Order: sequence, then C-alpha cells, then structure tokens
Amino acid sequence: MIKFKNYVKAESLEEAYNLNQKKSSVIGAGMMWLKVQSRIKMTLVDLSGLGLDGIEETDEEFVIGAMCTLRQLEIHEGLNEYFPGLFKECTRSIVGVQFRNGATAGGSIFGRFGFSDILTCMLALDTYVELYKGGIIPLEEFCRQKFNRDILVRIRIKKDGRRALYASSRMTKTDFPLIACCVSATDETYYVSVGARPGKAELTVIKRKEASGLKELAELAADHFHYGTNQRGSGEYRKHLTEVYVKRLFMALEREEG
Amino acid sequence: MQIEFTLNGRLIYEETSDDETLFHLLRRKGCYSVKCGCETENCGLCTVLVNGVSRLSCSYLAARADDCDVVTLEGVQKEAEEFGSFLAAEGAEQCGFCSPGLIMNVLAMEKELDSYEKEKVKEYLAGNLCRCSGYMGQLRAVEKYLSRGENRNEC
Ligand SMILES: Cc1cc2nc3c(=O)[nH]c(=O)nc-3n(C[C@H](O)[C@H](O)[C@H](O)COP(=O)(O)OP(=O)(O)OC[C@H]3O[C@@H](n4cnc5c(N)ncnc54)[C@H](O)[C@@H]3O)c2cc1C
Ligand code: FES
Ligand code: FES
Repeated sequence: MIKFKNYVKAESLEEAYNLNQKKSSVIGAGMMWLKVQSRIKMTLVDLSGLGLDGIEETDEEFVIGAMCTLRQLEIHEGLNEYFPGLFKECTRSIVGVQFRNGATAGGSIFGRFGFSDILTCMLALDTYVELYKGGIIPLEEFCRQKFNRDILVRIRIKKDGRRALYASSRMTKTDFPLIACCVSATDETYYVSVGARPGKAELTVIKRKEASGLKELAELAADHFHYGTNQRGSGEYRKHLTEVYVKRLFMALEREEG
Repeated sequence: MQIEFTLNGRLIYEETSDDETLFHLLRRKGCYSVKCGCETENCGLCTVLVNGVSRLSCSYLAARADDCDVVTLEGVQKEAEEFGSFLAAEGAEQCGFCSPGLIMNVLAMEKELDSYEKEKVKEYLAGNLCRCSGYMGQLRAVEKYLSRGENRNEC
C-alpha cells in the first residue's frame, strides 16, 4: 500500500503540475495501481476535482478526460456506436466492475503498462494525448517517451473512419492478458497494435497489398514485434497467438466490410 | 484531516489520516460487514456504494469520501435480507464471507442494468470471488432474485 503524508485535492492543473515537480509527490488518479505499490511519498496530488471525468464527442473526435473511468469507456454510447464493441471488449476482462469504476483512462495511458488492454486498444486508433506542458502529441510518440513529471489531461481519439476490433487471451477470465491485439482498418491500410508481449504495446502499419492473403498479412504483422517469456507464457506461444488473433481480427473486419 | 460524509443515511464528521482507506474508516465506524479479503483489488469483498456506484473500499481513499454518500450492507438491511433468502434457498453460501460484497454489487447491478442476460450478469459479478460456492448457486440465486417481480406477476 502506498503511504503518504499529505493529501492535496488540486484546484487547478497549474497547482497539480507545480506540486508534481517534486520527486516526493505523486499524482493520484483511480489509485488502483498506486494502491498496490509499496512506495512512500510526501504528497499525493489528487486530480479528481478538476472536471476531467467526462467524455465529449464532437464531429471530429472523442475527447476523454484523464479521470474518466474504464467503466465509462466500456458503456459510453457514442464510443460504442462509432467503434462497435471495441471498448467493451478491451475493458470487460479487467478485474471487475467495481475495479473499472475506479481505474481511469489517464492512469492506464500515463502508466504505459506492458499488460495494458487500454493502451493496446487506443494505439491502433488515431489517438493523441494532451499533456499539460507537453501539448498534444500522438499516442505512439508518447509511448516512446521517457517518464517525466507532466500531467496527462485528456486523450483525443480522432474519428478518421477506421473500423477496429480487439481480442485478448487470458489464463483465467480476469487475469492480466497473456497477449492483447487490436486491429483497425481503412480501405488500404491495417493498423496492428500488440501488447502484453509482455512488453508495452507497439504499433505496426501494413498495406493490404503487402501480402496475398490474410494469413500472410497476419504473419507479416506478427513478425514486426519482439516477444518475451514470463510465467504466463513463452515468447513463442505469444507470437503464435498474435498470428492467430490478428488473422481472426482481419477476417472479422473483412466480414464487416461485406 | 476532517471529512464530512453520509454513512448509511447518517451525516458523519470524521477525522482521518491523509492516506487512510475508506475500508479502514468504515471498520472504525463499526461497519463490520465490510471485509478485506485480498487488499489487491481482486476479490470484491470490500465493495460498498459511493454515490450509488459500487467501489472497492480497500483502494478508495477516505479523504475522497468527503461530501459523498456511502452505503454499506448495514444500510440496506431489508434488501440484503431479501437477496440473502435467495442465496440461502439455493445453498449458495458456505462460510458467507463473500456475501456482503456480493450483495452490494448485486444491488448496484440491479440499479444500473436495464436487462439481466446471463452473460451480462456473470460479467458484472466477475469481480466478486467466492472460495466456497463454485458460483453456480450464487448465479441461480441472483437470477431468481432479479426475476422475482415477474414471478409475482405470474402468481
Ligand atoms: C490487480 C490489477 C489488475 C489489473 N489488470 C489489468 C488488466 O487486465 N488490463 C489492463 O489494461 N489494466 C489492468 N490493470 C491496470 C488498471 O487498469 C489501471 O491502468 C491502473 O490501475 C492505473 O489506473 P489508475 O487510474 O488506477 O491510476 P493510478 O494508480 O492513480 O496511477 C497510475 C500511475 O500513473 C500516474 N498518473 C495517473 N494519472 C495521471 C495523469 N493524468 N497524469 C500524470 N500521471 C498520472 C500516477 O502517478 C501513477 O504513477 C490492473 C491493475 C491492478 C492493480
Ligand atoms: S479486499 Fe478489496 S478487492 Fe479484495
Ligand atoms: S461462501 Fe465462502 S467465500 Fe463465498
């Protein structure tokens, strides 16, 4: 359990940012990850009073506040209409509803956890993160950056016409994923993101014409990533699962195209 | 720090340390239905309602309960007894340790969902672990409890 001396409910992003510049401070979002850390800090900076807990939909994008919960992603009508079934599928196995009522989108993305279903899913979409000091940058770039003491304010998912589907494999229903795959498609291109390899999710972009069939395209996509072994599975097994899931997602997307 | 919140309908002013969890505060206030089974957010035993939403009190900061409405099993005795009778009728309890958390989440589910297909129910309750029952009895009890209105109409 994380321990700290002072709890501060930030009244502005500027206050939160300034407090967070000290190494002895830590930002608190859903607190679900922090709770299971054995860290000792001086100050916990709570973002829950900053009105960052909504999802706004415009003609161009979805704007997701950093404090929006995973449950909100799961049941949001607009997200589910635009990306049918996608957010439900990538959230539904994360522990349980009570957990998802706490864990936040911002905590999931800022943490850039290797096992993250949320990161894997959003990486295959046209997603940007809005950082308090760092401005708006593509999620893929954010994934490559080193951790710093900035604050993730919002996540922006563009409505660029991609259709997307998600699949993961787990040893038991609510365990961490053994492998997590998200595929999105435009007319000519597939965006394939694979997480829990067990490293953090990465993206590869392939043109449909790069291979003759979906099996070959899936193998091409799977070849792009490095896989590792841990207690949940071997690298070899993970690669095999990636080929299978990515092919299935390609097929399902093709069926949708008709 | 001092916080002010409603606990089972009663306004409470309470001194809490900055990093105390809601779970510990509730136990201090005598809400012994709230149990801690894992402390790692996996078991659902510590489930309470905060502003009507089911939350894991083992990972919820007491400081965040300021100005909130918190409900534990002690605050929903009538509903708990009703659902409890369905659990008993299905032989769905052995030690009963998981029941308070399960009941709180079933009550949250009843309010939140507009239909109760089996898969939806199973998914909603996936965060409530039970080491004794094997879940089938619990599931039957939940299904019968949720359709009790329909049965009454049939009678
Ligand atoms: C037992 C368990 C099982 C899990 N299983 C899964 C799973 O199967 N799949 C999955 O995808 N995820 C899983 N997770 C991760 C979970 O979904 C969340 O991603 C995680 O809890 C972080 O979100 P949070 O809101 O709790 O963040 P917190 O715990 O509050 O914060 C996490 C980290 O990010 C920092 N942070 C948070 N928000 C911001 C912000 N806006 N700006 C800057 N820094 C910030 C915090 O300082 C902290 O270092 C699991 C976590 C646990 C504890
Ligand atoms: S004690 Fe809170 S989830 Fe297990
Ligand atoms: S009846 Fe014993 S844990 Fe559920």
